[in-house]
Amino acid sequence: MKAQNKQIGTPMNRVDGRLKVTGAATYSAEYQLPGLAYAVLVGSTIARGRVSSIDTRAAERAPGALAVITHFNAPKVPGFAKGQNPSQPPTAGQPLQVFQDDKVRFNDQPIAVVVADTYERARFAAGLVKAQYVQEKHQTDMTVGTRQAFQPTQARKNPKSPVADYQRGRADAYQTAPIKLEAEYIIPTEVHHPIELQAVTAHWEAPDRLTLYDKTQGTIRTRNDFAKEWNLPEANVKVIATFVGGAFGNGLHSWPHESAAIMAAKQVNRPVKLVLSREQMFTMVGYRPYTWQKIGMSATPDGKITALTHEATGQTSTYEEFTESTVQQSRMMYAAPNVNTRYRLAALDVSTPIWMRGPGEATGAFALESAMDEMAHQLRLDPLEFRLRNYADQDPENGRPWSTKFLKECYQMGAERIGWSKRPLTPGTLRDGDWLVGYGMGVGTFGAHRSKAQTSARLLPTGTVLLQCATTDIGPGTGTAMTQIAADTLGLPPEKIRFELGNSQFPTAPTQGGSSTVNSVGAAVQEACLALRDKLRQLAAASNSAFAVAQKEDVVLADGYLALTGNPAARANYADLVRQPDDALVTVESKPSEEQKKYSMYSFSVHFAKVRVQPLTGEVRVSKLVSCADAGTIVNLKTAANQMKGGAVGGIGMALMEAATIDNRFGRYITKDLADYHVPVHADAPAVEVLFVNQPDPHVNALGTKGIGEIAIIGVAPAIANAVFNATGKRIRELPITPDKLI
Amino acid sequence: MATNPETDLPPTNHDEARRSFLRQSSLLTALALVPGPVVHAASAELDETVAAAFEKMPLKLEINGKKYKFSVEPRTTLLDLLREQLHLTGTKKGCDYGQCGACTVHVDGQRVNSCLSFAVMHEGKKITTIEGLADGDKLHPMQEAFVKHDGFQCGYCTPGQIMSAVACVREGHADSEAEIREYMSGNICRCGAYANIVAAIQEVKQGGQKV
Repeated sequence: MKAQNKQIGTPMNRVDGRLKVTGAATYSAEYQLPGLAYAVLVGSTIARGRVSSIDTRAAERAPGALAVITHFNAPKVPGFAKGQNPSQPPTAGQPLQVFQDDKVRFNDQPIAVVVADTYERARFAAGLVKAQYVQEKHQTDMTVGTRQAFQPTQARKNPKSPVADYQRGRADAYQTAPIKLEAEYIIPTEVHHPIELQAVTAHWEAPDRLTLYDKTQGTIRTRNDFAKEWNLPEANVKVIATFVGGAFGNGLHSWPHESAAIMAAKQVNRPVKLVLSREQMFTMVGYRPYTWQKIGMSATPDGKITALTHEATGQTSTYEEFTESTVQQSRMMYAAPNVNTRYRLAALDVSTPIWMRGPGEATGAFALESAMDEMAHQLRLDPLEFRLRNYADQDPENGRPWSTKFLKECYQMGAERIGWSKRPLTPGTLRDGDWLVGYGMGVGTFGAHRSKAQTSARLLPTGTVLLQCATTDIGPGTGTAMTQIAADTLGLPPEKIRFELGNSQFPTAPTQGGSSTVNSVGAAVQEACLALRDKLRQLAAASNSAFAVAQKEDVVLADGYLALTGNPAARANYADLVRQPDDALVTVESKPSEEQKKYSMYSFSVHFAKVRVQPLTGEVRVSKLVSCADAGTIVNLKTAANQMKGGAVGGIGMALMEAATIDNRFGRYITKDLADYHVPVHADAPAVEVLFVNQPDPHVNALGTKGIGEIAIIGVAPAIANAVFNATGKRIRELPITPDKLI
Repeated sequence: MATNPETDLPPTNHDEARRSFLRQSSLLTALALVPGPVVHAASAELDETVAAAFEKMPLKLEINGKKYKFSVEPRTTLLDLLREQLHLTGTKKGCDYGQCGACTVHVDGQRVNSCLSFAVMHEGKKITTIEGLADGDKLHPMQEAFVKHDGFQCGYCTPGQIMSAVACVREGHADSEAEIREYMSGNICRCGAYANIVAAIQEVKQGGQKV
């Protein structure tokens, strides 16, 4: 088999495209099960205190009602009884144990679940549940929280933790420098809001066998969490997530609604479907935390950064410490001698956040890349030139070489495509009729992570190779990319590959998150295909000596038979090869090598924005975005470009629209749906031009991939904010940039 | 339940329950003529089930060319009828407030947010869902174009986008990129595949195929 890529790098259509355009793709709330019942959650109406009583009588008597579960009558959950919620918290604390006590920790915390025979009846009955509370004083205000910020437990215990304080050279050295800036930046709470509502269908197929059709990014993680929670062997819990209608991170944690549905299914002894409402998506399945940041920076007159300090405080709940890598980019992006970072948490009476696309890095990049623009302006330097003067040729955090870094190439390509040369050095000087025009840039980076992953490969009698892996596809096109990788590895057309995913009973895979799926699962698919070919060659060698002496590379898997390049006589049919059903089956585990530790492995991106600002109304329109990525090998040009465009649209939301707002008097969101919480629509999405360096990284895996999902959004919001400054001369340091901030 | 084509109409469970109830209780039948007491009875916890039986309404719809007769609660939305009773789950629920467009279907050829209309409001009307768009195995040109231009990622908003896109072209609102963006703005794609969706619609419009 000659190593030639026929499919990798092409814009192949998605293998599941037909299912998606015909409505035949089945998401977690769409499985038909006999006797299916419907569950609706009732949330608390206070933000902190205790539930003193719940009147469930009317709900229980409502037509079709099957059960009302509260902390007064909830079934025993064996995993909870051990004292810990086995749904692993991100770092410290304990996830909510739903219906286990009377404590209210945040507004809209689930306090009851109502089960009925139809959705309408369940919803009606849920409205009849009445709770009485003993209210305590709550705190949901981040301006207060920031003043009481603390160091994460993880960092206190371990100074090497990624969220511990970091220092090279002198700390806060910018303060005594002649040319310096100090600025604070705020990102409000943002909510993932995938269009598919969070949904789970729980089915106890036997008293000790549980099946979940669940909107999760990790079938194995979800399986393990609920196996522990219900004290079941992992093999007895099956998690199905064949199609996931977007997630952007909120499928990275197990949540109370899942436990509630499982409890309800146990109680009524029927499969139970629970779909959150759009309001509940604000409070029950995580969000990007409100984050306060401060950047201090000093530079020489000729544009060398001498010192950089990045501080951040992120919002978390009172019961879990959610942490993320908000300050990471400041440690490694620019070659400054004195750098220090401090990361803190503020615990409020809110639910727990969870990583949202680009997670902390996207939040951090807003501060860092805005500050880069501010310093360039102060120095009267072009911001691109300023970045080039501080380009890091090796990782300044640890001195290691980059596995690959083509960021300069990205700068060059992107600047050319956006027309960077038209950017005026003096803000507010470029006009198009009544509108002000400006250009801005922002850089993004994210670790090229790879975890161990398994995949099985089986040759079927039809000549098709069936691959199975427990990974999920929340939208990037995982199944399509894996099909291309398998097709090239085996030299088969893609029609002869079938890749199945989204089932915890398939070989283990990491959760889909952190831009790592192709790095991890792609490598496993490639290795499984090579192992299958070798196994088939050995089987053929038993009866045909030509195969015994052949070079591995010369063995060709054709349409259901094995052949040898340059030896037309050598041929082994499926029936000759496969005597026992599993003869043609291999399962491999693929792991990153130790050699990787010698390198710093990151994907890089740069985003260039052109905006128009109407000076009278303060309206901002993004007229063009150019996103350039150094993400290693691009497996599918069509789906990869789509992911980049989607990240850019997400960045527009971050920059100009998205903010979940709490009325601190009540500790309750006043943004409750998509009319209050604005996300970009068609009319907000400009032409996005995507450029890939498309150079393989030899160290992450044999495919050369580095990951796209996060760098697609990291750096977009500051690019837009910087363009707004260039257009208007107004520096907006608190997102979103709504018209009121510009007029 | 309640999926019987009009040509063959065995009673549904709910119809049966309702009839047997009517036979059993002439007193309560009289109550049915007086909405006030029924409501009162319900709130007095006399018998919510009684009220529920009376609250069902007959409904005839033609869905994807097939005629159906139902007995539905008036509070059932067209969306929930399609998804939960007919298992036509191609029509998606994304917000339940008419804000995201994932539930877009055609009612007598007009695009409608099926979450915002009660099923009983559409008596006698023709409904087309994503499942009824293709001609057998042959995809509708808009479906083909969405696949070709990768007008989706996770695929969840896609049926609504496609139903809206077909209507957008039929309405004559697809003459320019800007016009398409404006008239498609009721359909949110959180994955952000907007540019590809617009490209798909433009291709169909410019291709001049019958949509």
